[in-house]
Amino acid sequence: MSNNEKNRILASRLLIIIGFNLLAFIMIIARLYYLQVYQSDKYKVMSDENRISTRFLVPPRGVIYDRNGEIIAGNEQDFQALLIAEQTQDVRQTLDNFKKIVEISDGEENKILEDIRRHRRFIPVKLKNNLRWDDVSRVMLNAPNLPGVEIDEGLSRYYPYADIYAHVLGYVGPVAEGEKKNNPLYLVPGYKIGKSGLEKYYDERLQGVSGTVKLEVNAYGRIMKEIERDAGKEGKSLTISIDSRLQKQAYEAFGEQSGAAVVLNVKTGEILALVSTPSFDPNLFTNGISYKHWDMLLNNERTPLINKAVSGQYSPGSTFKVVVALAALESGIIDEHTRYYCSGGLDIGNTRFHCWKHAGHGSLNVVEALKYSCDIFFYETAMRVGIDRIHDMAVKLGLGEPLNIGLDNEKGGNIPTQNWKKNKYGVAWSKGDDANSGIGQGYVLVTPLQLVTMLSRVVNGGYAIKPTFVKADGNTLQNVKKLNISTKNIEIIKRGMFEVVNGAGGTAGRAKFNVDGAKMGGKTGTTQVRRISMKERASGIIRDENLPWRLRNHALFIGFTPIDNPQYAVAVVVEHGSSGSGVAAPIAGKILQTALALDIK
Amino acid sequence: MQLAYENTQTSALGKFFKLSLPYILLIVLLAFLGTMTLYSAANGSWNPWALKHIIRFGISFGVMIFLALISSRTYYKYAYVFYGLSLLLLVAVEIGGHVGMGAQRWIDLGFFKVQPSELMKIGLVLCLARYFDSATIHGIKSNRGLVIPVIMAMLPVALIVIQPDLGTGLMLLFTTGILLFAVGVQWWKFGTVAAVISAALPLIWNFLHEYQQNRILTFLNPERDPLGAGYHIIQSKIAFGSGGVVGKGFLHGTQTHLNFLPEKHTDFIFTMFSEEFGLIGSLCLVMLNLALIAIGYIFVARTKNYFAKLVIIGLNTNYFLYVFINISMVTGLMPVVGVPLPLISYGGTVMFSIMASFGIILCMYINGNQQNPDRF
Repeated sequence: MSNNEKNRILASRLLIIIGFNLLAFIMIIARLYYLQVYQSDKYKVMSDENRISTRFLVPPRGVIYDRNGEIIAGNEQDFQALLIAEQTQDVRQTLDNFKKIVEISDGEENKILEDIRRHRRFIPVKLKNNLRWDDVSRVMLNAPNLPGVEIDEGLSRYYPYADIYAHVLGYVGPVAEGEKKNNPLYLVPGYKIGKSGLEKYYDERLQGVSGTVKLEVNAYGRIMKEIERDAGKEGKSLTISIDSRLQKQAYEAFGEQSGAAVVLNVKTGEILALVSTPSFDPNLFTNGISYKHWDMLLNNERTPLINKAVSGQYSPGSTFKVVVALAALESGIIDEHTRYYCSGGLDIGNTRFHCWKHAGHGSLNVVEALKYSCDIFFYETAMRVGIDRIHDMAVKLGLGEPLNIGLDNEKGGNIPTQNWKKNKYGVAWSKGDDANSGIGQGYVLVTPLQLVTMLSRVVNGGYAIKPTFVKADGNTLQNVKKLNISTKNIEIIKRGMFEVVNGAGGTAGRAKFNVDGAKMGGKTGTTQVRRISMKERASGIIRDENLPWRLRNHALFIGFTPIDNPQYAVAVVVEHGSSGSGVAAPIAGKILQTALALDIK
Repeated sequence: MQLAYENTQTSALGKFFKLSLPYILLIVLLAFLGTMTLYSAANGSWNPWALKHIIRFGISFGVMIFLALISSRTYYKYAYVFYGLSLLLLVAVEIGGHVGMGAQRWIDLGFFKVQPSELMKIGLVLCLARYFDSATIHGIKSNRGLVIPVIMAMLPVALIVIQPDLGTGLMLLFTTGILLFAVGVQWWKFGTVAAVISAALPLIWNFLHEYQQNRILTFLNPERDPLGAGYHIIQSKIAFGSGGVVGKGFLHGTQTHLNFLPEKHTDFIFTMFSEEFGLIGSLCLVMLNLALIAIGYIFVARTKNYFAKLVIIGLNTNYFLYVFINISMVTGLMPVVGVPLPLISYGGTVMFSIMASFGIILCMYINGNQQNPDRF
């Protein structure tokens, strides 16, 4: 009885147990359907993400050529030695053998051992980069003693002209934290981008488009096979307007001096040379500059890291007289016959203004005033013209605003107006300010690039050329905007500048030359860096040579050639060079002679 | 009665022809699929797993046939003894067992390792079956009558959980529950226990080892630790999903062959199989297992002996739990508790114990219609 009852209960309960098992299996089947059908697409993507590692292929950076097709920034084959730890029985022994062939510092050795420890044993670890070819051949020769050592080829940026082009081309360097944009290449270790100069300005064009290679990797990152490869696009090359021969000569003309020079084709605005001295070797930056070297560059009082041609703002001094004279002539305040008398000094208000020539120049017209660089003439002129009209002329000629040629930290200089002073200092413009501005001192500041632009716009007959690194197609002024300046007045200024160099007693007589009839015109400038006190003036001004370097006067010169149909213009600034006529003008003369000799078209 | 008496005299050969052929064929088929998958897991090599797997299967197949053909009386007679011995071994591993995988589970007998918890899965079923076989329906329905079986179950469960092997402990508890349910313990008692357990869950939580807590937390949210404890389950789901309907093909599972999937030859072998053979393959494997379990219940229906019925239900439930827990955990339905898929996963202990239980099931089936005064 009891057994029957137990069997009856068990039979009914068994059905429930079977039902429960079926339910469990239905749940499993539903789950499998969910994973393998419903969510399959999602997991297929995740599976591929697991197994496919996409690596970026760094495209070769675009080469930069000078106007003659010479490489000035190229890519050099670069060799580095790698060690794959799993391919050697004894890492220590291999490393010791390698050290006998290629020098490795203790610091580097520790880094290598650290890298080997931190990475999986099949990941290559860098032993040494920038290997020379003879190192590479010795490593290959000793391969049997160097199990696990591999030579890897890459490209690194190379600047054949080193420091000569540093301020134009700039340099490349590793991507900094803040620069990591959307470009996946920026995440590739060791990838370099343009950090300054044209390398930075044209970076996108020069970089090219990254290639990709899809690799199948296992869970430990070991590469199993290559799935697909896209080579990417090489960076586009770039040809710039500079002539390397002129660039080199201009750089070397400075010797040990600190300064800058810019040479323009006055008809196209092409920059034919742009140097700033002292300079630095951009090749040092490509593979990471040493702290010591960086520190030296940073603390050098002659500021090799600053591009003085575009970032250096100087009082133009007497070179500004070109602008003042043209403003005066154009406004009709003076004409070529107007004469002022120079007695060596002039009282304006309560202040006595001096001419550089204490004995005075006597009576002179504008051409003579330019030739002898008489200060009194320009005090008188500037006070009559007024700063606002001088300002308008200066701006027309390219001063006061950055010219945007693409280099970093290009400065705009400063051309004051009456309002400018009132807004800035809350003090009214004075006659003394006019006088000071008349000789390019006081509030007036320019860069060498602006100076050469100003000169070019004057000597090309008043065409508003813009300085550029882009190589021009022709050599004419056809498409350039003509400024509203009379040719007659320009000729007067040019005559003055001709006399500066070629006339008897002109301030730059020492720099004159005659290359197949082509002569130079120009204007000197010497600007004070320190204030000369009344006491010192009374007791006799200390001679510049006796002052410490950083207190000496800046020396400037702007020059052009040939006189008729000018082709080239140059601005030279020699920091603390003492004398525009003695130091800057000869450098400018050499540069222009070279330009003539090269006949740069 | 007379017929039953005659049956006890049946020769071993006679019994052999009574063995269920479909049941045995399903077992062989599953073991074959396991061998094939292990061959793929070793990137297309018989070593180190596939060959050993098939050898182990061969040996345990012999054990199964032996256990199926011996006198069914033996199981009834020695049920309590077997249970007691298993319990003693559990105590032994607790005292001086071999330490492996962070949990004490083996007793080292020199040439092979015995896992007493595996023996207990059989021992407890036999023990409870015998107890309920002699119990009256009145006793079963009374509260007092439950004291002894509950103690019988709780002793090994406690010993196994402190090893610690939560998965096996829960399997034993569940099997006990099914048996209690089968013999007719009232619904409301299960309801009460469920309510009490729910209420006690926070308390139980504190008794869990940290790694067990982590498994549960990671199960609830695998992304919480994608490279650590959650890694297994995330990679496993990726393998299932990327296998799709038709799979990546034999020897072509990228998740497994590129080592993204850990434990591919043991706990996660179903994942590997499903990645290579897709939904079609995984459903086939599930259906084969379902068929094996279904035949087990057919045996119960066709068996008259109460003890035999209970033994088959218990051992069948044990197999069902292996399959269900393993697939649930690799598909992310359940925390990863370290339960392999019998016949497919590599591993000797489970192979032997599960084949032994198949042998006992077969023995119960072919002798289950005898109802002599000794019940066998």
